[in-house]
Amino acid sequence: MNKIDKTQPQADRASAAAEWKRGFDAQVASNKPIRNRSGIEIQPLYWPEEGTEPEYDEKLGFPGSGPMTRGIYPSMHRGRTWTQRQLIGLGRPEDFNERIKSILKSGASALSIIPCNSVYRGLDCDEVEPELLGTCGTILNTEEDMDIALRDIPIGELSIGLNDPNPFVMLAQMLVVAEKRGIDWTKVTGTSNQSDYISHFVANHMFYRLSLKGARRVQMDTITYLAEHVPNWNALSVVGQHMQQAGATPAQAMGLTLSSAFQYADDCIERGMDPEKFLERFTFFFDISISFFEEVAKFRAGRRIWARLLQERYGVSNPRAMRFKFHGQTSGVDLTRQQPLNNVARVAVQAMAGIFGGLQSLHTDGYDEVISTPNEAAAKIAISTQNILKHEAHLCDVIDPLAGSYYVETLTDQMETEILAVIADIDAQGGMFKAVESGHVQRMIGQSALAFQDAVETGEQIVVGVNAHVEQEDASARPSLERPEQDWMQGQVDRLSANKAARDQDAVAGALKNLRETARSKDGNVFGAEVEAVRAGVTQSEIIAALRDELGFGQPLVVA
Amino acid sequence: MTITATIPARVLVTKIGLDGHDRGSRIIAAFLRDAGMEVIYTNPWQKIDSVVELAMQEDVDVIGISSLATDHLLVPKLMTALKAVDLGHIRVIVGGIIPDEEEPALLEAGVSCVFHPGSGREEIVAEVERLARAATSDRPEE
Repeated sequence: MNKIDKTQPQADRASAAAEWKRGFDAQVASNKPIRNRSGIEIQPLYWPEEGTEPEYDEKLGFPGSGPMTRGIYPSMHRGRTWTQRQLIGLGRPEDFNERIKSILKSGASALSIIPCNSVYRGLDCDEVEPELLGTCGTILNTEEDMDIALRDIPIGELSIGLNDPNPFVMLAQMLVVAEKRGIDWTKVTGTSNQSDYISHFVANHMFYRLSLKGARRVQMDTITYLAEHVPNWNALSVVGQHMQQAGATPAQAMGLTLSSAFQYADDCIERGMDPEKFLERFTFFFDISISFFEEVAKFRAGRRIWARLLQERYGVSNPRAMRFKFHGQTSGVDLTRQQPLNNVARVAVQAMAGIFGGLQSLHTDGYDEVISTPNEAAAKIAISTQNILKHEAHLCDVIDPLAGSYYVETLTDQMETEILAVIADIDAQGGMFKAVESGHVQRMIGQSALAFQDAVETGEQIVVGVNAHVEQEDASARPSLERPEQDWMQGQVDRLSANKAARDQDAVAGALKNLRETARSKDGNVFGAEVEAVRAGVTQSEIIAALRDELGFGQPLVVA
Repeated sequence: MTITATIPARVLVTKIGLDGHDRGSRIIAAFLRDAGMEVIYTNPWQKIDSVVELAMQEDVDVIGISSLATDHLLVPKLMTALKAVDLGHIRVIVGGIIPDEEEPALLEAGVSCVFHPGSGREEIVAEVERLARAATSDRPEE
């Protein structure tokens, strides 16, 4: 650790600790003592004694305040453990509905919806080769589809994550479903998980549907609309996951994600929004690789940088606005097709890194992800992994348990330096929007991807079962493949055509005309016009096609 | 006809269907380029017809299709389309997330080989070179 000037007045640690304890007690209803197997009572938090480690107060402090390094809430996982948010998407809306009910029964505490790849491309099911339908996600083309997918699911009581890229038609569909069920929009909670168009342009072209400038417009309209009408919805999840999956190092992924977040904050401020308020609804989404300590340090450093730079750049003082809330997903890139059951161990280690990094919600990958879309048995093992870590391994008992380790604190400082260098590089490019428009970020990620592949090729990075410890394959360990049956899909296509035929065609034409005019206008709200279009029965493909027409569709930049 | 080593293999690296995950295809493109081959690289979401047209215009020996999310199910249609325009000599390789159960259908449709995650640079480069030579010797006389 760095030396500190002992003549400087030290923050009053005892009063900071007392403030933390008040916050903790307020969050934890019954703080039953926890004892380990040897009978030792386990405290929720440990920190250095008064008068020792003078830099503690400035660099680490107490969870829920100050530098935020140790966590964004006073009680962290000891009070409320992370949300188990499994990504689910398969087949028809009713297949999703059946699967999600079963997953909720086995312990998931929130749900997440993955649409079919055809939806990601902005196509309805009647426009796509039938063999591609419903193999990776659920077909959601109309408000009727969304209603079926969420049958018996209490919207408003359960946090819902939508993998719903810009222009956010799934969210519009869900809001209309809630409205028809008489659920007040102010009660609707959840997150637009795939709302970071910059990350899609850079590193996940799959989700990229409008031009860079067009997506920026719709993004800001949506954030504005939701702030007014759906105040408990997290309109923005800034995504580092795609960039790390595409090859960015953990430090680069964190630096680039924070740079994107600053870009969004700048754009919101330009719209006249108040950072003390809109920042409360910003969330993040990160990849968790198997590089255990590096990931823990990445999250701790990122949390500290975010809180500090918000104060420095925007003068933010509201601690709620400084909270670095994030969802983590275990990295699919680390999983191997060879000896796939080994992936269960990999996912457990990745999940532990995220937990010690202080995440708020977690998706653990199915061990078969590298072979096919996860089947139900693999998805259940992934959830059990979380429950084992939580209940059997007692990883939630102590907040930020790795703090104070010479290695972890040094590494956290070093990761901070690396991350700040990436942020400075992007600032020098004129911010994230310009840095991706020019291909600067894509080149950075591409070079890192190649460097990692080279390390695997040379054996510098060992991958068990791939370049070391190669074993004879056990064929029985191969998961079975689930594919929707083709005639199910025909039923879905038939449902869509019946739905389209039953619509009030004048209302559809009027809503589409309004959507186009709003997109052409300087000050209309495009997302508001989308909600009206869904009410009138316009399908997602019709909405996206109209917006592509008006706002443009840019092919992703190819930087090889 | 003889093949001279001075003519580099021409390879089209692309993605068909709906998926956009392109880390793998970019790495493969870089491997082949670094090995001295002529690589034609495209955006994802290519239509089968446009892949055939590009293969014809660029006179490629090998087409590499990267599939991470079931787009490999369309590859038999690509094979049919290539044969229909007398491009049956072009060798097609599929790489990515290909379930075991679905690999035989690809091979039966005429795909030369399937690469799974974990395949290494040397193995891939050697196989592409071998297939490019085979394609050149099968090329119909002008």
